[in-house]
Amino acid sequence: MLSDALTLQLGYNAALVAVGAGLLGMAAGAVGTFLFLGKRALVSDAVSHATLPGIALAFMVMVVFGGDGRALPGLLLGAALSAGLGLLCVSWLSARTRLGEDAAIGAVLSVFFGAGVVLLTVIQTLGSGRQAGLETFLLGATAGMVRADALVIAIGGALVLALALLLRRPMLMVAFDPGYATAQGMNVRRIELAMMGLAMAITVVGLKIVGLILIVALLIVPPVAARFWSDRSGVVIALAGGIGGISGYGGAAISATAPGLPTGPIIVLLATAIFALSLLAAPRRGVLAIALRRRKVQA
Amino acid sequence: MMGAEFVSLSLPPMLIGTLAAIACALPGNFLLLRRQALIGDAISHVVLPGIVAAFLLTGAVATWPMMLGAGGAALVAVLLIEAVRRLGGIEPGAAMGVVFTSMFAAGVLLLELSDTSSVHLDVQHALYGNLESLIWLDGTGWAALSDPQALRALPPELPRMAAVLALVATLTAILWRPLKLSTFDEGFARTLGLPVRGIGLILVVMAAIAAVAAFDAVGSIIVIAMFICPPAAARLMTNRLERQIWWSVGFATLSALLGYVLAGYGPLWLGGRHAVSAAGMIATVSGVILGAAALFGPCRTRS
Amino acid sequence: MMLDARLTGDRPIVDAPAALADSPLAIRGLTVAYGGKPAVTSVDVTFRPGRMSAIIGPNGAGKSTLLKAALGIERPVSGTVTCWGKPLARQLARIAYVPQRASVDWDFPTRALDVVLMGLYRELGLLRRVRPAHRETAMACLSRVGMQDLADRQIGQLSGGQQQRVFLARALAQGADLYLLDEPFAGVDAATEKAIIGVLKSLKSEGRTVIAVHHDLSTVAEYFDRVFLMNTRAIAEGPVATAFTADTLHAAYDGRLASTLPGLSNGTPHAE
Repeated sequence: MLSDALTLQLGYNAALVAVGAGLLGMAAGAVGTFLFLGKRALVSDAVSHATLPGIALAFMVMVVFGGDGRALPGLLLGAALSAGLGLLCVSWLSARTRLGEDAAIGAVLSVFFGAGVVLLTVIQTLGSGRQAGLETFLLGATAGMVRADALVIAIGGALVLALALLLRRPMLMVAFDPGYATAQGMNVRRIELAMMGLAMAITVVGLKIVGLILIVALLIVPPVAARFWSDRSGVVIALAGGIGGISGYGGAAISATAPGLPTGPIIVLLATAIFALSLLAAPRRGVLAIALRRRKVQA
Repeated sequence: MMGAEFVSLSLPPMLIGTLAAIACALPGNFLLLRRQALIGDAISHVVLPGIVAAFLLTGAVATWPMMLGAGGAALVAVLLIEAVRRLGGIEPGAAMGVVFTSMFAAGVLLLELSDTSSVHLDVQHALYGNLESLIWLDGTGWAALSDPQALRALPPELPRMAAVLALVATLTAILWRPLKLSTFDEGFARTLGLPVRGIGLILVVMAAIAAVAAFDAVGSIIVIAMFICPPAAARLMTNRLERQIWWSVGFATLSALLGYVLAGYGPLWLGGRHAVSAAGMIATVSGVILGAAALFGPCRTRS
Repeated sequence: MMLDARLTGDRPIVDAPAALADSPLAIRGLTVAYGGKPAVTSVDVTFRPGRMSAIIGPNGAGKSTLLKAALGIERPVSGTVTCWGKPLARQLARIAYVPQRASVDWDFPTRALDVVLMGLYRELGLLRRVRPAHRETAMACLSRVGMQDLADRQIGQLSGGQQQRVFLARALAQGADLYLLDEPFAGVDAATEKAIIGVLKSLKSEGRTVIAVHHDLSTVAEYFDRVFLMNTRAIAEGPVATAFTADTLHAAYDGRLASTLPGLSNGTPHAE
């Protein structure tokens, strides 16, 4: 059963979802590396939680204009807009007030999420019998995903991945040494914004599969795991993309083998397993290697 | 609004919400100043795997096992974050992100795999809480407040939250000087012989107790929001820690009361028929307060 | 773009235009403030081309801040910066900067060679592939600072002095005409100090300009041609012989060096 799933034998839709999740994971791993190396990993947590009010508002707007309300592109556009607003709030709070970035992240995360929950209850009580099903965006769900949705995710993931690779040099330089990047005539603010914009795009594209609470894991766990294996940034980016891709593809395939296996958590836990393996067994930086070296020194 | 219906339907949730908000805001002040604001975020994410594990172990949805499970999960999370940070040489933010998202994912997976259809246990409940359902059926009027029989029928969350707030407030008062000293200048506190790491641990445990007690009554959203928003807004109002604490208590109270009223009565004023999520509205109000403080607070910028 | 407008505001120009057009770094009326407190107060200074100048002053005198503002890293409250008579933003390609060591993440996954390759960013841009020729350029810069054997080391595995030499090599890779260094000798070993000063002197002999924030008063005369003394405000600028005197030092250090002043030539006075 699992081998069927991994080799795309479970039908066209399941295969498309697995490929989409794989591309999404690759893009998330690569983009997440820049955030992690720039010590901004948790900004993505604020961004992802900030999508909720946008999703709910987009639904309401589409219903008001007589639409279905559940059209994925519309919901994703709303998600992107409110995530962008959340991002602006984080950078405004940490730049213009004395609050640290961590406080700004926590504030934006909880307040936007709270506002989103308020809007969800509004939707629940609006028209009787109109079951929006927007809750699936919290944890993601691949069941009932149509082909167009999977295509949106696959294409979105591939686009973000391409952009991340295109901008890798300036983003790495800004993450490593922003002062030097400025002195080289780079617009550091704009490059940081591009970095965050890519993270936002990942969040939005991944909402349907992984859900907004867990998508941040795809941005953080693969880069952290990849860092154990190499001291070269290019290699770390490639490895993080690989780990993310394997987790996305494998997670989607495993969850397709049985009903009731939630896709998002399985993808995340696969990545976590690779992280745990890296933490323990990586040469040089891994826990075992360090312990062995210590024994050698003592002996 | 001020009649019998208010006493039985609105007074208990408003009180519980306020107590929970203050209990979270108090340790939140110190977490904010120590740049550990997101510990609250991490703790409230791992509450879910904690209660699921407790349910799987005991087979029942009971308050105490679940609070113990949540507390245990919070402790495990803090230890894991510390372990990942030290063993892997990973910066604290990323270490936190790895641990709490993984634990949350494990919680969701466990929940989906186990048969919980017969009991009221789901992700939404852990996130939003059920503040609105904490009603006091015997509270038939203001007179009930002096009727011992009726008081005994108060929702158990109320005395529990009150006890936790009393504990947190007492600990903060007793440990005031060491907390303040070690938050401001850890090196100096160390030279005084203060157990700096112990104080940090007590603070995290205090936060975990407040978070676990509060999530049960009001849900995780309020917990994260109250850990951060009232203390952050308070920081922008004053440059003195003592005053900051009082401002944060005030803001927490205001958020809880105003948020509840707006959620319960706001839609009616606007012509709607149903209330909206009180937990979400309380978080939203605390955000509006923080926004106002960030725009107009007298101490909003670094000087 | 906004920076241009700010830096080219219409302030009166006091120097003769000819000198200004020659100067690789001319600062007029520069004021920088941190949270309302001025760190640099209306500084005017014109650095000469082809010389080695030291920026000197006590701790907190705003030396690093002056450098950062001159490069557009810090935003000034007011003032203009011109390089060879043109606004800074149009001349960044001719300027190389070596920041203070403490400012980067030493655990970053990058090798010494990769750091030097960053100096070729203007040439490589977003997409151009790193060719063997680029690697050779970077290796040549590394060997100029005596680091060719450690090119594959992760940056955090190098000693403080070695790290400083890698950052100098990155600046060399830029092939700039003006080199700005922030405390290049702070906390480095004697071998590194010798290597760095050798490279700086060779840069000067190639006709390039070197300006460094420097704090070791005992080596000023040996290393530099000219000094710029400051303590938030400009105190003096000129050749070491005329600008680096007991009087100017007294003014810059608020008399805190008074006891060590007579021993300037043989002692090791510290500003702290």
